[in-house]
Parts: sequence; structure tokens; C-alpha cells
Amino acid sequence: MQSFAIVTGIAASLPASNVDTDVIMPKQFLKGVDRSGLRDGVFHDLRFGTSKADFVLNRNPWREARFLVVGPNFGCGSSREHAVWGLGQFGIRALIGTSFAGIFFDNCAHNGLLAITLEPDQIETLTAVVSNPASAELTIDLPNQTITAPSGLRIAFDIESGRKESLVLGLDAVGTTLQAREAIKQFERGYLRENPWLA
Amino acid sequence: MALARTLYDKLVDSHTVRHLDADGRRVLLYIDRTVLNEYTSPQAFTALREAGRPAWRPGASLGTVDHVNPTASHRVAAMPDAGAARQAEYFAENCRDFGIELFDVLHPLQGIEHVVMPEIGLVLPGMVIAAGDSHTTTYGAFGTLGFGIGTSDIEHYLATQTLVYKRLKSMRVTVDGDLAPGVRAKDVVMALIRRIGASGATGYAIEFAGSAISSLSVEGRMTICNMAVEAGARGALVAPDQRVFEYIKGRPRAPKGRLWDQAVAAWRLLESDADAVFDQEVVLPASDIEPMVTWGTSPDQAAPISMKVPDPVLETNPDRRRDMERALAYMGLAPGMPLDTIVIDRAFIGSCTNARIEDLRDAAAVVRGRHVASGVRAMVVPGSSTVKRQAEAEGLDRVFLDAGFEWRQSGCSMCLAMNDDVLGVGERCASSTNRNFEGRQGAGGRTHLMSPAMVAAAAIAGRLTDTRRAVEGE
Ligand code: SF4
Repeated sequence: MQSFAIVTGIAASLPASNVDTDVIMPKQFLKGVDRSGLRDGVFHDLRFGTSKADFVLNRNPWREARFLVVGPNFGCGSSREHAVWGLGQFGIRALIGTSFAGIFFDNCAHNGLLAITLEPDQIETLTAVVSNPASAELTIDLPNQTITAPSGLRIAFDIESGRKESLVLGLDAVGTTLQAREAIKQFERGYLRENPWLA
Repeated sequence: MALARTLYDKLVDSHTVRHLDADGRRVLLYIDRTVLNEYTSPQAFTALREAGRPAWRPGASLGTVDHVNPTASHRVAAMPDAGAARQAEYFAENCRDFGIELFDVLHPLQGIEHVVMPEIGLVLPGMVIAAGDSHTTTYGAFGTLGFGIGTSDIEHYLATQTLVYKRLKSMRVTVDGDLAPGVRAKDVVMALIRRIGASGATGYAIEFAGSAISSLSVEGRMTICNMAVEAGARGALVAPDQRVFEYIKGRPRAPKGRLWDQAVAAWRLLESDADAVFDQEVVLPASDIEPMVTWGTSPDQAAPISMKVPDPVLETNPDRRRDMERALAYMGLAPGMPLDTIVIDRAFIGSCTNARIEDLRDAAAVVRGRHVASGVRAMVVPGSSTVKRQAEAEGLDRVFLDAGFEWRQSGCSMCLAMNDDVLGVGERCASSTNRNFEGRQGAGGRTHLMSPAMVAAAAIAGRLTDTRRAVEGE
């Protein structure tokens, strides 16, 4: 997994609420058996549809966006991890919003995509800052848990320690768990003994 | 004295292999079972192959092809779409190589994963089931903690039989009293989502309680738990009762004989302690609930059928106003229109929310002896091949066919439109599914969610309508 330490880049604002994974990655891009080819699929109908000229990721400087400042409940709906793979392939490294849907939030963590949760007034501030092309650049420092901008803006954020560690180190989650192989085996034996109808 | 615990706490505790942090919020959670589908699993298997890792407990997984297959009335193994064909083929190869049982499209038990698992008796009270589909919450109807996971977590599950899990907060939703005649389980959950919002339960596991819940059938409870994810819940539970045990008893994969008695004795203990404290309590009086429909593009943009399309001008929150304006523009609706004047082009009865046998019986009762309005294309897609056979044995297929519905093979079909069942641009559909997102049922398609009986009534009337008015005496 790609690790995340300090990343500087353009941030784009996508303020709509409840942006679901069907919108992030429409169904016609779900027919693969690998993770490739999803760059074109990201926000497909918005990027290539009738009002494409207005869509923020089609405009300068945001077409180079590395971060998205998003509305509440981003990533709701289907569990499709293709949404996260596509965002990564598009070059998005972090999402900043007030709330993320649960499965999507976990999918982000498994793919080196940092999802930062802030208060609504902080999102409002960030949205105003990055909506101005002259001040759209932010730096996210995960080890120090800060979002900064050349203007002097500085926002500290919280992140659960386990999530932070695996992002910073780019850990292989399965490999890490398999180090506890014996503990799992032992648990399993006891569990199936107590619940023999599941054995 | 031990601290009072909720049912959710008990399920997490009984499956905790080890704690991963000091306060016990992050745990390594043992997972009893999964069900795999052809479109969210391939990359998980590829990762296992690349790392040379076997499946930890292949017998605890089941594969079923449901998302991409056609539902045309004659079933063949071949997939007309190249991508779907490759997914089905790779899925079969993966199940074979990793020793996992597969229900392919020709298998007599094939169907939508969340319909198949309970109907063959693979969902048992007290289990934790995680699967690569958000509607895994369905299993909460059995007192089973079910939740959706992404592909990376499918890989993690397959390789380790566990997941790194963060404990959720708890919410109790109490629905007491009697549901008015003609009000269904779907209306209860739609009313809840309308009330708390599409992210109202994000970060929570819901426990449904109250007399209106315990008087529901197990299938009705499945509908409610299924759609709880549309409020953001990643777990929805109903404490199992006699009705649940009776539902499971005798199903092909359910425990038998002495094991059955042992299991039931353990299942009877599965409930929240009387003095358990929930992080949030929501009370929804049953008598307030009416038949519901959505008017927008998020499941919380819903209202009782007797109401009108809301006016964004009256919305004081500017973000919500913007979302409403966008939704109404997409849906092609004007504020102030009575909901029951909205004319439809399509009607769809299907999905893991509402395509079980009771749903089809309920819809058939509305349809019987009537005919679909001219200009409306209506279809029924049974939730599983088993449901389809049973419905045919009861003659329900004839009822639908005589009324002008198409009677199709089972699959997810137009719930997500990954096969060839798709809405055209601007087409408006009354749908028994769970998501009305933009483009969900086809790019530019307009979805109104409602119960299967309400879909049936809409198909007959040619517009959204109150089932209670459509069927005399109901
Ligand atoms: S029926 Fe719909 S919601 Fe259910 S599993 Fe299939 S696509 Fe998902």
C-alpha cells in the first residue's frame, strides 16, 4: 500500500451532500477483474456529461487536484472499492469532509487514501480558501496531523492511531493480521467447541 | 456486577479474538461466514493468488452469481456482455481453486446473495457475517451482526477469517403500536430514514425494538435491516425470537437434531440486557407511519404518499436547499405537485430489499384481476431461483403475467442495472429497491422507492398511488 507522509497539492471543493459511490464510479466501470482502468470512470457523468464545463475537476487549477474537500456523508451507498481505486488512479491522495460513509471510509484506509474528518465550520473555511484558484494549494502533514496553506492557514486534525500508523507505514493489513495466526486458531477452536452447530 | 450490554456488544465480544487498542474499540473480529459475488470479489482473489495465500476456512464462504447476469426468461450459462462473462468465469475459477461452493446462474439455488443466504439456512442468530455488499445488514433480522465490506476486507477475511473492526456506537429505534392496515415494513424503514437522514446512523449499529417490530414477519424484518444501511448504519439488529427460530428450522443448511436444540437454547439468550444504555434512542410511533415514496435522489428524500413534492424555497438550511433543487431538477418534478399525480413509465419489483416470497404474494394481491396501465412496462424479478419456483407453485407468475407484468429470472437486475435491465434517460420508475441515486437504475433514469405493493398499485394506476386506495377494503 502507498504510504502517506507529507503531501502538497491542489484541493478542489465538491460540496454536495450524500455523494454516493454510484456517482464516484458508475456501474459501467465495474466489469473488470482487476483494479486497472478506473481513472476514466471517476465522476464520469460529471466529468464527461452535459454540464462538464462547469465541473470543478475539469477546470484549472483543479484538474490537477490531489485533495477533495467534500460534503457530508461522502461515499455512501454501494460497497464498491472501485470508487476508491479510481480516486487513487485519478491522483487523489486525501479527502477532507465532515462525515464519510463507513464502508467507504474503511476502503480509503486500505488503499492509502487519507480521509480527514473536520467540523462543519472548518470545512466552510477550507471550501472558501480552495475555491479561489490563487489559494487552492494545501499541504497535508499526516505525521503532525495538520493541514496548512501558504496564506498561514493551519488546521489540526484527529485520526485514530491505528489508521494513522498503517497509512504512514503503508502496512499490508493481511500480513499484519497473519502474525496473529496462532491466536486466531486458538480462538477458533474454542469458539467452535462452544458453538458446535457452527463447526 | 458486570456492565449491562447491548445485543450488539455481546455479538462483538463473543467474536473478539484480541483487542487492538487500549480501550477495546478496535478489535480483531472473528467472522463466521461470508457470501461472495462476481463483481466485488475478483481483486481479492487475485491478491490472494499473488501472495500465495489460501482461504482460511473455505467452507465458511459461499459464492453466488447475482449482480451481472441477465434475467431474461430463458436462462443460459453464457453472459451476453464480455465484461460480465469474464467476471462470471473468473469467479467460477476462484471458487474452484479456493474450494468455495458456488451457485452459478444455472444452479437451482442461485439468487441475490442476501435472499439466498437466509433461505437456505446459512444465517443463524449470534453470528457475525461480513460480505462484499453494503446490504449485508439484512441478516440483522436473525440477531446476526451483518455488515458490508470492500474488496480489501474480503481479501482480509478470506486469508484470516477475521477483520480489523472498530466498534460502533449503538442506537435503539423503538417502533411501538400497531401499523395501520396497508403499511408495510418498507414504509417503516423509509419513515426512519426520512426522519434521521441518509447519514443519521453513520457510525452506529441500530437495534430495532418495539411491538411493531416483533409483530413483523422475519421477511419484513429483513426488509428493515436491509435498508438500515441507507441511513448509514453498519449493522442493524432485531433480537431473535420464536418466529426467527421457526423460520430457520428445517432449512437445508440449518443445524439439525441435537445440535438444533443446543443452538436454540443459546439463541434464546441473545438480547440486550434490560438496563443496557444506548448512545442514541429514536422513537417512531407505529401509528404515525404511512405508505412512503421517495421524490428525490437520496433515500431520505421521501414522504408519505398523501403529501406533495416539497418546495426547496421553504428549506432554511442552504446546503439542503441546494441538494433539493438539484434532486428535483434531476427527477423532473415541480414543487407542490401531489405525489400521487406523478406518472410513471416503468415498474420494478425486485432486489434483496423486497423480492422474497411474501413480497411477491403481497404485490400479487394488489395486481390480481387488474391490468398494468397502458404505456407502463412492468417487471417482476424474483429474489432467488427458489423464490421463483415457489411463486410459480403458488400461481403468482400467472397473476403477474395476466396483469401484463414480465416474469423474469432472479438476480439484482434493475436494482443496480449492471445487466441489460436498465432505465432509459428520463424514464420514471416505481421501484421496490433501496437506492434512488442519480443514474442508479440507468443513466438519466428516475427512481421512486416504495414497497412492492405500492409498486404494484403504481403499475396498475400508471402513477404513484396509495395502495390503500388502489385496493378496496385493504
Ligand atoms: S439487489 Fe441491489 S442492493 Fe441487493 S445485492 Fe443486488 S444490487 Fe445490491
